[in-house]
Amino acid sequence: MSIRRLWIGLTYVVFGLLLIVPLIQIAVGAWSDGAQSFVDALLRPQSLHALMMTGIIVVVVTAINTLFGVMLALYLVRGTWLGGKIKRLLNSIVDLPFAVSPVIGGLMIVLLLGPNTIIGAFFEDIGFKVVYALPGMILATLFVTFPIMVREVMPVLQEIGSQQEEAASMMGAYPWYTFWMVTWPSIRFGVIYGVVLTVARSLGEFGAVLVVSGNIMNKTQTATTLVYQDVENFNVVAANGVALVLAAFSVGLLLLMEWAKKRKEVH
Amino acid sequence: MHIEVRGLNKSFGDFHAVKDVSFDIEKGKLIGLLGPSGGGKTSILRMLAGLETPSSGDIVFHGKRVNDLPPQERGIGFVFQNYALFKHMTVYDNVAFGLKVKKQSKEQIRERVMYLVELTGLKGFEHRYPHQLSGGQRQRVAFARALAPEPQLLLLDEPFAAIDAKIRSELRTWLKDLIESVGITSIFVTHDQEEAIEVADEIMIISKGRLEQKGSPWDIYKEPATPFVASFIGESTIVEDLSELKGFEHASSESGTKALIRPEYIELGKPGEIKLVSATMPAVVKHLHFRGSEWMVELEVGSTKLITYRSLEKDVLHPGEQVNVLLHRAYLFNDSRSWILENPLKVDPMPMFI
Repeated sequence: MSIRRLWIGLTYVVFGLLLIVPLIQIAVGAWSDGAQSFVDALLRPQSLHALMMTGIIVVVVTAINTLFGVMLALYLVRGTWLGGKIKRLLNSIVDLPFAVSPVIGGLMIVLLLGPNTIIGAFFEDIGFKVVYALPGMILATLFVTFPIMVREVMPVLQEIGSQQEEAASMMGAYPWYTFWMVTWPSIRFGVIYGVVLTVARSLGEFGAVLVVSGNIMNKTQTATTLVYQDVENFNVVAANGVALVLAAFSVGLLLLMEWAKKRKEVH
Repeated sequence: MHIEVRGLNKSFGDFHAVKDVSFDIEKGKLIGLLGPSGGGKTSILRMLAGLETPSSGDIVFHGKRVNDLPPQERGIGFVFQNYALFKHMTVYDNVAFGLKVKKQSKEQIRERVMYLVELTGLKGFEHRYPHQLSGGQRQRVAFARALAPEPQLLLLDEPFAAIDAKIRSELRTWLKDLIESVGITSIFVTHDQEEAIEVADEIMIISKGRLEQKGSPWDIYKEPATPFVASFIGESTIVEDLSELKGFEHASSESGTKALIRPEYIELGKPGEIKLVSATMPAVVKHLHFRGSEWMVELEVGSTKLITYRSLEKDVLHPGEQVNVLLHRAYLFNDSRSWILENPLKVDPMPMFI
């Protein structure tokens, strides 16, 4: 009995040390020089710009990944025109970004689309900068977060099976109608879950974005790379301030996810 | 709807699921596709529905080839094995789905749905969700939903498989009556011969992708076209050595001929109970099994084992008892043909050659 208590206690200690203490440290650190310096840190032009960049990336990446993630999940689970082997191959490729380090993902984009490459030079010529600009950062974040939506939606689709959709088609419903009336209500909470995770992941993405962006202040700097730079410059209060905003967002997302989970269980 | 199927084939990769199946179904008939699991019955049904594309062959409805018509335009109602009800919709919305697709007016939909809800005995359950219903009720919803858009053909895939035995027979009769009153051509798949015999006007026996026989349950029972059908329908024992069966000793000169004997072909009596003594042979009772409404008797004639039934009204038998057995007929078959042979000794009780 006492050994069991010891283990329970230990679990709480590890949990606290790993998750709670850093969170408190960030909060305290942000306020250590008073509320004014916290507000100042956030209202610096580079802070506002970095938060805006992060915001744009999150919105664009989440929108694209939701659309194509759901579509790929549908094709991988339901598509009859894909052979079994191709499906299995695609299915394992989907997980690639999870397996590859984000830094390497970013590097691949630089090597493919950097200004010294054929494709990169072509885009630069028509006035569209990819690497060391917003498109590259979005691309890098897309790469890193791509598996999330597919992996959330696929099991749900497999679980509900195709019979409800077939039943709808027997009653004269064409695919678009069937998707919205029959499939969507079943996968809805899986998609919400995927959106929350994608937002959280793209909010916090660091490695891939750092490599692709070049981390140029007021141009290609995101919230996470700004925190990194503030820490490098020993501007700990400012780093804590931006970090606190990111952390608050993440906690909010987690709460949203819990709510979605509960709704999922009800239905 | 009149249905014609010609030379239907379906392969899934290397697996030849349906082999050269052809048949006709008259308007208004209730047909049972019967056969062992994995024999291709469901594949045939799904091809009729348009959910699966035939590898070759034609499907013709009302004289019009429908192979290239998508399921949406075939006008078929389909009841799935697990009902496939829309679980986020109420009973009302489930039944109304096909009517909403057709863009009918609210009043029309309401009228049709309420009519079907009443017809299927679901009145009062319109606002329940599928998970709040029993298995039998779900089946009724699936049935009402399939009928709502007024299809010309109703297909049912193992409609009673997911329901417990007691309600099953109740639902069977209900479904048969309902289909008759609606007057719709229907095809259902089952692996349960009792179900097929009880419900269907006509049975099609499917095994290993082939159509073995099509006919009324009585015809199939009486005159099975192939050894498979003979052994699949009803109960039976296969006897390899005919020499010990009185009356059938010289039944066939062809080598490899076997006999299929049903319990009801055998008359069993204590010494003196059977009139045609000259046609009987002695047997020993090996085991007795009580089957609720009768005894199942395992017999041994020489080294041949046979099975028959005995009424509870007659004298009780005991294992080891000597009895007389009259074999009325046998279904004989070999590699090239099959035929039914009546016991020749029955016709002429005292064979004499003048």
